[in-house]
Amino acid sequence: MDAYLVAILTIAGIYIILALALNLQFGLTGLVNFGVVGFFCLGAYASGIATESFHAPFVGGLCVAMVTGAVAGGLLALLSLRLSGDFLAIVTLGFAETIRLIFNNEDWLTGGPKGLLIMTRPVLADYSRSANAWMVLAVVLTGAVLTLALMLRLAGTPYGRVLRAIREDELVPATLGKNVFVYRLQSFVIGSVLMAAAGSLYAHYVQTITPDNFTTPVAILVWMSVIVGGPGNMLGSVIGALVVVTIYEGSRFLTPWLGFLDAEQVSALRFIVIGTVLILVIRFRPEGLLPEPKHTPVVPATRRPALKG
Amino acid sequence: MTEPRADAPPRIEANGLTKRFSGVTVVDNVSFLVEPGQILGLIGPNGAGKTTLFNLMSGVLKPDAGRLVVNGVEASGLPPHRLARLGLVRTFQLARELDKLTVLENVLLAARTNAGESLTGALFRPAAVRLDERAATERAREMLALVSLSDHESKPAANLSGGQKKLLEMARCLMAEADTILLDEIAAGVAPHLVDEIALLIQRLNREHGKTFVVIEHNIGFIRALASRVVVMAAGRVLAEGSFAHVSANPAVVESYLGQAA
Repeated sequence: MDAYLVAILTIAGIYIILALALNLQFGLTGLVNFGVVGFFCLGAYASGIATESFHAPFVGGLCVAMVTGAVAGGLLALLSLRLSGDFLAIVTLGFAETIRLIFNNEDWLTGGPKGLLIMTRPVLADYSRSANAWMVLAVVLTGAVLTLALMLRLAGTPYGRVLRAIREDELVPATLGKNVFVYRLQSFVIGSVLMAAAGSLYAHYVQTITPDNFTTPVAILVWMSVIVGGPGNMLGSVIGALVVVTIYEGSRFLTPWLGFLDAEQVSALRFIVIGTVLILVIRFRPEGLLPEPKHTPVVPATRRPALKG
Repeated sequence: MTEPRADAPPRIEANGLTKRFSGVTVVDNVSFLVEPGQILGLIGPNGAGKTTLFNLMSGVLKPDAGRLVVNGVEASGLPPHRLARLGLVRTFQLARELDKLTVLENVLLAARTNAGESLTGALFRPAAVRLDERAATERAREMLALVSLSDHESKPAANLSGGQKKLLEMARCLMAEADTILLDEIAAGVAPHLVDEIALLIQRLNREHGKTFVVIEHNIGFIRALASRVVVMAAGRVLAEGSFAHVSANPAVVESYLGQAA
């Protein structure tokens, strides 16, 4: 049970990073990225190949993953960010599927459907299994906390205000002198880098990755985390990811009470539960569990003329 | 105070601006000058191409032909943010307030320099961000006071009335420190007492702050009271140009526009 809790928390930490990255892109900037899993996959394989084929240490693999994510995000953004939101959605969806198919077919590089075995761990290998699991968890949570700090900073500064303005109506910030394209590009690339970093953490945590780990349902879980938690609210994404992962992973504890269903049916049931939660949230609390925070001015409002007079 | 210098270049110099939409010429070879300190009225019947002309001047649309020079700088085909930085900002015919941002945030967004708006500034220069944001907040409050929206600063902009939204757009333009402001039907759909207030505000900004305005308006009284020069458009072309008295005496103008407006 203890080991299982550590495992769930590790997965939750990875989903928190993914959800925060998507919240920057969608919640703040309004960019519809359906290709979350593509960047996640790319980061996982880039990191795995760097450490296994080129014997880089874990940190090296993480850096390679982030650079790969940045390049892929930048190229995709240059291709499609000038187009409207729907185009970006389709392009990113196609990107994720393309990445998965490439990795499935290029056996020489990725091991194909058999998977890529990753021996390099983010921590020293000399400890017991459980100590190791705790240390991997610590690494993932550190990543999640750093990501959260970065997002809170970006969302809380005038930078975040420009992103929210672009989300509301891009013509307004443009006619007030903001280079909308540059902001969108930055937001998209930062999100892509973080998704790839999450992929690297995931790869070195599960140690065997196959293209089957990176199908669209992963992206759907990340989207649900953002929608349920509250788009535009960074703490909301943390809570949303925790809720979604808890339902998804925790539902297997219900198996003993669901004797009339076989394992596959129970597994399908998880998506039904998550889908129901999503529908309920959108119906009864469309702004998410935590609505977008109200931004308070740096100088408190005073009735100055009255005070001076 | 931004008193225009005697040798200042025209704020806007449009030369043969043309825009076609799938074969229909909406703006047809339009040329005019806007001198510093002027309030130029732009009138004409619906579909005359006035708003399209604004879209060309603010970079929202690119002209198919013609030149645009803003404050002496070649500006043909520049994107909106570059034109804004040249000192030219606009309001929209249907107010485009940013609904989920507060009234104050709507105005803060227009600040010309704010360290916290760049990625590196936001992450690595916290002191400069705080300083700039504090200065911007104080300035934004002055702008809100000018348009009498101070009491509403913490409301989401969506909660303002139609007229207040137009005033909010005006405050944003002022915050942007632009010297030329394009107003697209700022008085349309606004309560009558607010129309007078807007007219007085434009006059005051023009006299005391040296702001130049180009005003599209169907309210002829509003144009008569404000505009030092009037350009009349019809069917994409400039029909007449001059003082209000001059153009309103022009039979072609009376026939195409003023006659039906009166």
